[in-house]
Amino acid sequence: MIPLSWYMSLAAILFAIGVCGFLTRRNIIMMFLSIELMLNAVNLNMVALSHYLDSMRGQVFTFFIITVAAAEAAIGLGIAITLYRSRHTVHVDEVNELKG
Amino acid sequence: MFTLIFFCYCAVMIIGSGLLAIIMRNPVHSLLSVLVLFFHMAGLYLMLNAEFLAAVQIIVYAGAILVLYLFVMFLVNIREELKMDRFVQSAWLSRIISIGIGFSLIAILPAFVLGEKGHWPLEAIQKATNTKALGQELYSTYILPFEIAGLILLIAVVGGLVLAKRNSSTTIEKS
Repeated sequence: MIPLSWYMSLAAILFAIGVCGFLTRRNIIMMFLSIELMLNAVNLNMVALSHYLDSMRGQVFTFFIITVAAAEAAIGLGIAITLYRSRHTVHVDEVNELKG
Repeated sequence: MFTLIFFCYCAVMIIGSGLLAIIMRNPVHSLLSVLVLFFHMAGLYLMLNAEFLAAVQIIVYAGAILVLYLFVMFLVNIREELKMDRFVQSAWLSRIISIGIGFSLIAILPAFVLGEKGHWPLEAIQKATNTKALGQELYSTYILPFEIAGLILLIAVVGGLVLAKRNSSTTIEKS
């Protein structure tokens, strides 16, 4: 039997990897992909807790998180296409019109 | 013993392919390593007796979301991406911040206290099968969040159509 804390440590490491990817990459599509990594870390936490707490609640919420992740990918990639169409770049540090 | 080896294998593959995903230069290679990550995540779900979620993970994440990412990646120019710097200028600060987040999350783990046990012990789930147990919870206790999730998907469909539609007035201006 694997201890619960191992799963939660793995989820924490994966979340930190997602944060690192979100903050360091310039490509907006890679930033969205890092958000998916963070959502997956939360999913892993929820499923592990659901198993160790004898409850279905975590799995139900993981189901909803997967739904929201699909919606977020659709809308976010739509925004990325619109950005590429208007600015001809997907690099977030070149989109700096709001910088004074 | 087998579960320990399987968990260690999945953990190493998840961390390794996650790191590769945020480091690799070519975005298509990063997407493929995220695909590997999703498959090993599904393996961990199987180990945690969540068969339905393992299937959903492969079908929705690996089958739908990653294919969507790949299509969008082919719509934008990735030739340019291969020659340019792939990290922002202050990347080292961001790396220090994320390492700090990871260490602090692991450091506060011993202070975590489990809540009270639920009504679905392993034997009951195995007797009713995982999918049936999930469906019973989903359609009784969580029926309102389920309908809100349907609404979110509707908004995503409409929003994706509106955002990706070529605006007719701007095309007239260009021509």
